[in-house]
Amino acid sequence: MSKEHDKGMSLIVKTITRLTVGLILLYGIYIVLHGHVSPGGGFAGGVIITLSFIHLMLAFGKGVAFKRMSKNMMSLFESFGALFFLGIAVLGFSGGYFFLNVISKGEPFRLFSAGIIPLCNIAICMKVGAGIFAIFVALVLLDLDTDKKE
Amino acid sequence: MTLLPHIIPLFVVIPLGAAFLLSLLGKKVRALPDIFGFMTTFSLFVLSLFAVCFVNLSGTYVYSVGSWKPPVGISMVLDGLSAFMLVTVNIVAFLIAVYSTSYMNQYTSKWKFYTLFFLMLAGMNGVIITGDLFNLFVFLEIASVASYALVAFGTEKHELEAAFKYAVMSTVGSLFILFGIVLLYSCTSTLNMADMSRCLEGTCNSNITLMVSVLFIMGFGLKAALVPFHAWLPDAHPSAPAPISAMLSGVLIKSLGVYALCRIFFNVIGLTSMISEIFLFIGVLSMVIGVFLAIGQWDLKRLLAYHSISQIGYVILGIGLGTPLGIFGGLFHLFNHSIFKSLLFLNSGAVEYAAGTRNLQQMGGLGKRMPVTGGTSLVASMSIAGIPPFNGFWSKLVIIMAAVEAGRYGYAFWAVLASLLTLASFMKVMKYAFMGSLHERWKEIKEVPFFMKVSMITLAFICIVGGILCFSAYKDMFLQQATNILLAGKKYAIIAFQEMK
Repeated sequence: MSKEHDKGMSLIVKTITRLTVGLILLYGIYIVLHGHVSPGGGFAGGVIITLSFIHLMLAFGKGVAFKRMSKNMMSLFESFGALFFLGIAVLGFSGGYFFLNVISKGEPFRLFSAGIIPLCNIAICMKVGAGIFAIFVALVLLDLDTDKKE
Repeated sequence: MTLLPHIIPLFVVIPLGAAFLLSLLGKKVRALPDIFGFMTTFSLFVLSLFAVCFVNLSGTYVYSVGSWKPPVGISMVLDGLSAFMLVTVNIVAFLIAVYSTSYMNQYTSKWKFYTLFFLMLAGMNGVIITGDLFNLFVFLEIASVASYALVAFGTEKHELEAAFKYAVMSTVGSLFILFGIVLLYSCTSTLNMADMSRCLEGTCNSNITLMVSVLFIMGFGLKAALVPFHAWLPDAHPSAPAPISAMLSGVLIKSLGVYALCRIFFNVIGLTSMISEIFLFIGVLSMVIGVFLAIGQWDLKRLLAYHSISQIGYVILGIGLGTPLGIFGGLFHLFNHSIFKSLLFLNSGAVEYAAGTRNLQQMGGLGKRMPVTGGTSLVASMSIAGIPPFNGFWSKLVIIMAAVEAGRYGYAFWAVLASLLTLASFMKVMKYAFMGSLHERWKEIKEVPFFMKVSMITLAFICIVGGILCFSAYKDMFLQQATNILLAGKKYAIIAFQEMK
């Protein structure tokens, strides 16, 4: 067995996680992309995507999760998500109003429709996902630090 | 002229953009936080002056975000009161950003400080500019959450404790506010403040209005640190770094607390004589209890924090009178307090920067080694104590005159008494900190760096000339516009809807 398997939970949990983690991630992406035509959206989808990473961290230990999503990348995603959202809002000025939906709205209930709303969902997803993962990581790391001192 | 309305969303866009750009790039480029801090706050200050001109030229303006017409979409309303508050917030923020360029060198990761600072500024500007009640709550939370983190910025034990206490109490306040908004929404089916005010006229059950009033007084009263709800302030304000103490005491409690109280009780719910009595009582209670608690303190910043409670009491007393003169005096004192209290906190920061202590008993004769800090501190002390010709004198005079004019002799008496006690307490500060013989320990200390001096001197200058704002030429342009909006009361809805068409 590789070193990856020394840390984290039992083999059963790891095997199940390996099966489900991709599905959770895909489901999260689905929720984000269909935010404008079905229930859900950037916030819910972002949380589900983050849950897949948290799932990895719980089953395999923090090393594996950090390899896929480092702390720097997290803060990058968070700031970029917020700036992206703000950028979309400021883009509205080109049409005469702050936050105006300037992109063509297309046919209702299609995936590529509703103008800026899908883009806003993606921005929110980045911000919320990175934010919630950061909070989780902060709690985990704090806990590990206090363990060491004791 | 056509482009001018587009400055309204910029009050939120600029600080938000700066905050996230800084968190993206601030770690890599060392000089960036200072440059950004200066540029952003300066541009906001200039924009706020434009806003005042705009209001004077064309009156109230309602900006529909995303061109969704209110009451469907979110609106941003620029009127006299908003313009007045924007100037107050942004002038203080600009001078504090100048001060922070030197002061924050003591701490690591300056970019984090500026990121949080801008988020707080965006929240405050948002609260002031928005015309939508739930939007107001969102911005209020942005500013509050950023301020919790800023109070804990030093990450020492007592700072974390103060921040935690502040976070818990302030969240309870926010919950009251949210509950109030929920009840109002269920009753009027709208969140637009102007529309809500119109709906409340007719169908709404008066018991709900009463309940909502109680919830808002508790919630916003907690944000404004009025006396029964003040317990978080004396811990939170001294624990923050000095520029943030100045920001919290100077403008945060006013824009989140006093401004929101005024806007909702005057323009949305409508000021009844009962609410007015409650305002007067709470105002006087804060004024007197704050100053009594302050006078015994030996920690300089804690003393100043208690004085914030006391001075907010004056503002609420003035506004609660509900007469033109009273509202004018209250708003004028709000402006003056934000100037001199920021200056006092910056002075305390300068003393801490140079001497490393906040304990008044350990200081002595610092005025000799630090003439600028000592001099500006003297100006600010005389302003807050209400000595002519400084700005604090004029606003307190107007408030007391208004109280006498309204026949509230008892309240006027307490206002005079609290003013005397303020004077006594600041004589103590000046004597122990800056006057007297120089303590042996402080022979070697130096005056603070250039930028800190510049910002303190500018604030002191505003303290000296601030009195002219109550004379007719400037009064009509600036303070009278704000007073008129509050005096219009529920006609605010008519003004706002007229503007939309």
